[in-house]
Amino acid sequence: MIFATVGTQLPFDRLLLGLDTWAANNPHLSILAQSGVSESQFSHIRTVSHMGQAAFQEHFEQARLIVGHAGMGTILCAAELGKPVILMPRRAEFGEHRNDHQQDTADEMSRLSNVTVAADQQALHRALDQAVASDFNVATASAADEADTLAPLIETIRDFVWAPERAEPQRRFLLRRKLA
Amino acid sequence: MLTSRSKKPVVLAVSSGGGHWVQMRRLVPAFQGAEVHFATTDASAADVIDPTRLHVYPDANKETPLRLALCVLRIAWIVFLLRPQVVVSTGAAGGFLAIRLARLIGARTMFIDSIANARKLSVSAQLSMGVADRVLSQWPGVADLTGAEYRGAVI
Repeated sequence: MIFATVGTQLPFDRLLLGLDTWAANNPHLSILAQSGVSESQFSHIRTVSHMGQAAFQEHFEQARLIVGHAGMGTILCAAELGKPVILMPRRAEFGEHRNDHQQDTADEMSRLSNVTVAADQQALHRALDQAVASDFNVATASAADEADTLAPLIETIRDFVWAPERAEPQRRFLLRRKLA
Repeated sequence: MLTSRSKKPVVLAVSSGGGHWVQMRRLVPAFQGAEVHFATTDASAADVIDPTRLHVYPDANKETPLRLALCVLRIAWIVFLLRPQVVVSTGAAGGFLAIRLARLIGARTMFIDSIANARKLSVSAQLSMGVADRVLSQWPGVADLTGAEYRGAVI
């Protein structure tokens, strides 16, 4: 099963239509897409506009391949569950997002071994064909790398949570206002 | 109640839905031992979080002014009722608003910019720079350029 997700805020038909045309040539594969606010009709993939976190998690776990916009939620879930993921960054020029930060995210995340980035529909079709050809096998991200970055962040937050109370917070706030 | 409060900090963890929320979930071990409440935009977070510790606010950004106003009111309600000692946010707009409001009651505040912002700080993080006690970027390069701190990343 292939699970596709494009978030819930803005439509992303370039991805969903690309997936739909590919699905037409691969009718033996079951494809479910969490399609967000798209108003298009899709003939070859099943779509659900929005799903709760439990259902989302379940589909994600069951999928052999994830296809998504380059949102960090998609990338982190895929890394946690060791799923191969094809990312298509949303582009502001097509009205797919407010800015092009998904391009930056995709560039940075393409270093992860389970991530393939597809800029357009042709690249998406190539990546999907490749995933099928390799029977969805993927090397998963190394847990050691992850501990190096996540552990110190958690430690910093924990220290902050348990830091001693600040003295006279109200006065400090007022002082700031006067200086501003 | 008062004595238990002074020992166990009340933490309000604020994040929008989607990727912001997934990042917050990765950071949950940092709150171990504290009384942690979550504020987010997606009510289905109740699937995975104790509903009595979950507070839902409307999703908004600078292009949806009416919802933004509702968002301010709802977050103000959450902050002033809960009176947290600590507010931690992974973004976006709602996190900045919670931090701004929490400063009024003297809470310690930390804004952790989404790892999606690999080249520059988000608008919410930039706004938080003068307001939050700590602003963290998850990218060393962004931290160097902006004066935010780098202390690690969710991945």
